[in-house]
Amino acid sequence: MIATGQTLKAVEEVKGRSLWVDARRRLLKNRAAVASIVILALVALLAVLAPLLSSYAYDDVNYDIISCAPNWWPAEAACRAPGHIFGTDAVGRDLFVRVLFGARVSLAVGLVATLVSLLIGVLYGAVAGYIGGRTDALMMRIVDILYSLPFIFFVIILMVMFDRNFILLFVAIGAVEWLTMARIVRGQTLSLKQKEFIEAARAGGVSPLGIITRHVIPNVVGPVMVYVTLTVPGVILTESFLSFLGLGIQEPLTSWGVLISDGADQMETAPWMLLFPALFMAVTLFCFNYVGDGLRDALDPKDR
Amino acid sequence: MMRYAARRLLGAIPTLFVIITLAFFMMRAAPGGPFDSERRLPPEVERNVKAAYNLDKPLAQQYWIYLGKLAHGDLGPSYKNKDFTVVQLIATGLPVSARLGVAAMTLALLLGTLLGVMAALKQNRWEDYSVMGAAMLGITIPTFVTAPLLTLVFGIYGVSLFGHELSLPVGGWNGGALANMILPVTVLALPQIAIVARLMRGSMIEVLRANYIRTARAKGLGTLRIVLGHALRAAALPLVSYLGPALAAVLTGSLIVEQIFGLPGIGRYFVQGALNRDYTLVLGVVICYAALIIALNFLADIVYGILDPRVRLT
Repeated sequence: MIATGQTLKAVEEVKGRSLWVDARRRLLKNRAAVASIVILALVALLAVLAPLLSSYAYDDVNYDIISCAPNWWPAEAACRAPGHIFGTDAVGRDLFVRVLFGARVSLAVGLVATLVSLLIGVLYGAVAGYIGGRTDALMMRIVDILYSLPFIFFVIILMVMFDRNFILLFVAIGAVEWLTMARIVRGQTLSLKQKEFIEAARAGGVSPLGIITRHVIPNVVGPVMVYVTLTVPGVILTESFLSFLGLGIQEPLTSWGVLISDGADQMETAPWMLLFPALFMAVTLFCFNYVGDGLRDALDPKDR
Repeated sequence: MMRYAARRLLGAIPTLFVIITLAFFMMRAAPGGPFDSERRLPPEVERNVKAAYNLDKPLAQQYWIYLGKLAHGDLGPSYKNKDFTVVQLIATGLPVSARLGVAAMTLALLLGTLLGVMAALKQNRWEDYSVMGAAMLGITIPTFVTAPLLTLVFGIYGVSLFGHELSLPVGGWNGGALANMILPVTVLALPQIAIVARLMRGSMIEVLRANYIRTARAKGLGTLRIVLGHALRAAALPLVSYLGPALAAVLTGSLIVEQIFGLPGIGRYFVQGALNRDYTLVLGVVICYAALIIALNFLADIVYGILDPRVRLT
């Protein structure tokens, strides 16, 4: 027994703390970040379960209860709609369900567009950084040029061009968000390239593509993850910006941007229509930013 | 330095060229033309209209004509705002947008720096936490939420301040009267104030740890003199490189703000132009924006080089 106890102890002593274990510990110590993760999970859960949570559908129109306040609304209101906990919108649809469906769209746009930008950016940056030389200079010059484009204008032109196609919205936003990702990954790759293990892989005859996918990309995950958590809220914001201008999601589907835009039109008579979607969106963006900050602090070797 | 500036200026030409080309062909790839309307025009009228605007020529030729005119500073006629050329529209809109943007940036830099320095000096105390919490709010709450909310509070309900009923105009330009500018500029500046404050706090904390600050403290200088005389210059460097992105953000923000408050700036022309397929107007505004952004990025780099002697611009 004693012997096994000692071996166990020896094993524990040998076991190093990897970067990831360390980072996770630091992240879990960050109370703001943990709370944000919990809230985000909750919002995501609400969005996924939206159809089960309410007896109303997101496009159920009811002309008897147009722009009605919820029962508990403290200020006076022209009419009240019992059973609708967030009240109703300008054509009597349940606002609670619509906010949750808006969350679905907004979160989906955020995640998918970020994924698109992740794919393009990581591959582009890793290739440019690894090949180096003239190819790198040319590829980064292209990024520089694209960087100085007023990108939101191009997204607007794209949305006009393709008649507000929902899928295209994902791709369009993702296609312009990859630039920073490419820069980050390229910078990391440049310094990784000098490391011995890459040298060893090259000496061992691994193809450049193999080195990029097997050795370079796994090692840039840290900074990329931080940037991803900061891209998602950026994309959600962009989507709602477009929707607000009338260039995004089309009725009866909805997103937070559309709801806020509708709410802003009616805020004098029905402030809840602005308040709830704005609150949901602000809280979500808030949490993403805190998680991103927390991750950055957790992964930053400077702070150790 | 001069050589660097010259090279950067030359480098801006292909960038601008790419922007013009991309925007031109993207606009043309859009289905529907500027003269589509509910009522179809008689064919011969339509042909004449198209001929007048060179729209009947092959696309490549149209592109050449456009470039040629652009070289002479002619952005063409606006298709939808009859009797106006794009240059005229931009000339009326740009001063409005510029005044908004400059006012918002000035406010953001002043207030943001002040808040950031304050937070850095009181690091991890309640002052710091409240400033940073507010800054996070400023970053996360989008312009199109703050604009209606502030309108509601200050414009429609009105706030009584020192016994005066304060009610700001909620829209219109009114020749750029101060009262008309307050709400839009505030809305535009809020996110920038937040970002500047965060940047400033971060770099200030780093600078305050430097040895030369410790020396200054050891000499017995007061906090105010240390901050103003020694720390601020070094801490302001990240701000300078943020100026370019900040301008881009203010420009996009002005799209929303001009739309909400009904201000006659170029942002509004852009949105309306895009919805109406007013090709020339959209192109003109994009070129104008791009040139502005490139110019300011260039300026920021030069200023950076002057402020930080360690950066050698070659």
